[in-house]
Amino acid sequence: MVAATRERPAAEIDPGRGGARLTVETVSHAFDIRGTPLPVLERVSLTVEPGRFVALLGASGCGKSTLLRLVAGLEPPDAGRIAVDGTAVTGPDPSRLLVFQDPTLYPWRTVRGNVALGLEARGLGRERAARADAALRLVGLDGFAEVYPHQLSGGMAQRAALARALVNEPRLLLLDEPLGKLDALTRLAMQAEILRLWQKARFTALLVTHDVEEALVLAERVVVLSDRPAAIRADIPVERPYPRHRDDPELVRQRREILGILGQPA
Amino acid sequence: MTSLTSFVGTIPQGTSHRFLHLPLRALAVGAAWLALAGATYALPEEGDFPYTATLAGAALFLGAATPLAAAFANRLGRFGASLAHWTPWLAVLALAFLAWELVTAKFALLPMPFFPPPQAILEVFLEDWPKLGGSILNSLKLLAGGYLIGAALGFAAGVAIGWSKTVGYWAHPILRFVGPLPATAWLPLAFFVFPSSWSASTFLVALATGFPVTVLTWSGVAGVNKAYFDVARTLGASPAFLVLRVAIPAALPHVFVGLFMGLGGSFAVLVVAEMLGVKSGLGWYLQWAQGWAAYANMYAALIVMALMCSGLITLLFRLRDRVLSWQKGLVQW
Repeated sequence: MVAATRERPAAEIDPGRGGARLTVETVSHAFDIRGTPLPVLERVSLTVEPGRFVALLGASGCGKSTLLRLVAGLEPPDAGRIAVDGTAVTGPDPSRLLVFQDPTLYPWRTVRGNVALGLEARGLGRERAARADAALRLVGLDGFAEVYPHQLSGGMAQRAALARALVNEPRLLLLDEPLGKLDALTRLAMQAEILRLWQKARFTALLVTHDVEEALVLAERVVVLSDRPAAIRADIPVERPYPRHRDDPELVRQRREILGILGQPA
Repeated sequence: MTSLTSFVGTIPQGTSHRFLHLPLRALAVGAAWLALAGATYALPEEGDFPYTATLAGAALFLGAATPLAAAFANRLGRFGASLAHWTPWLAVLALAFLAWELVTAKFALLPMPFFPPPQAILEVFLEDWPKLGGSILNSLKLLAGGYLIGAALGFAAGVAIGWSKTVGYWAHPILRFVGPLPATAWLPLAFFVFPSSWSASTFLVALATGFPVTVLTWSGVAGVNKAYFDVARTLGASPAFLVLRVAIPAALPHVFVGLFMGLGGSFAVLVVAEMLGVKSGLGWYLQWAQGWAAYANMYAALIVMALMCSGLITLLFRLRDRVLSWQKGLVQW
């Protein structure tokens, strides 16, 4: 069921520029494994208010990435309805962008060429390079525009992938464990980076992660999913102000609570 | 990048190396060519070869020029660097010519009409060059036409098969059944189906090129990382964009493997087609030389053919290096 979502004063919502409202209504989905359906999502309902940062937390392979693919419009759900700003999702759209666990930059394009991909795909030719360079500056990759992806470190490649999404000014950013493959130090730096970008651009952010701490440091709400088929187990608001510290006693308490829900010894 | 750094890295080492050994190397290469000149000119011959003095003169020139150029290699820029690199080969080449000269013209250790001496081949190049040059030109025309048609059609077919399930369904069995057939097996059929032997040969060369290009383009397109398409689709890419800007660039490394295989196959078909049907070209020249027992002409044609084929392969390598320059540092070439 939809958990209590905090209402924001209407004046704060800027539907033209800011984030999009996401509604997921009783969505179920199954994979077809050699003719046998394998249910991955079971009646998942979720509402994300415009401009909010919500984390979807669950064990690996529980179906949370599938939910993101459905929201991105890469696949239609078997049952239920997904809508963005009241309009049903029927296919991919540059206003809803997905950042994958792998940066999946095109190796044959320079970093600038990769970042400009969305502008090029939509035929936005004018000032393409300038906008790509601005996005690269935003993620701290200025000076790397002419470089090929294989010359970047893991963290830099993921920054470039973020720039590739942000240059399109998405209203909903879907983050599919974007920091999952980074080393611990790079991870911390990138968490701060994502937070900074979100605070600056005010898109709605939906982050999939299996890292409880990451969810608590970044998100305003943590939605805990059960094992496959994924259903919502808990919806926990995180009310601490940013920037947050990992050793904040309130966050430590919530971490213990969430680990308890996930059936892990705290 | 790798080759560049290793190249740059060897310069200081090479310089000190050159200071120590250059005189010795330069003298050795000069001595080898002078030995060839002396033996060619002074030793009595088993037979009558009008170009013996010319060969001796050429060897004498190289015997003087190579050590001189090697001595000043560091002032000759790129030519000097390449000369320094090839100096040992130049010396060995002179010794090989010397051995060849001795076992043929001088001591007749090899049966004569089948193994002509170097000066006999030099004679072919100097006297028969109009016919030889015309043959190269005709071969190149035929090869270029067939290769370009085959490569273009193979590429288009490969993209279509890799992209569309329907096209793949119909094309796959045909390719599996017909593809492994060597292109030369079509030769008898092609020569009576096509109006001219030239068009038949073009068809055969195109076929030999097209099959590997089709198969490798197809596997390249079919093997493109699916996540690349997800990325482009979420960014608002049209199907045309997915094919032209995602599938094809991602498949290009495979396409080039197909182009290399196709080029190798097209040489084989070209020579056979020219030997059996077309009345021009290097294959025809080879056949003609053999018919007249003009073995020196045959060797000359073989040398020219080797130069042509390796030149075309080099050209294709250059093209790949340009088109796939992004792979530098990613793949060991």
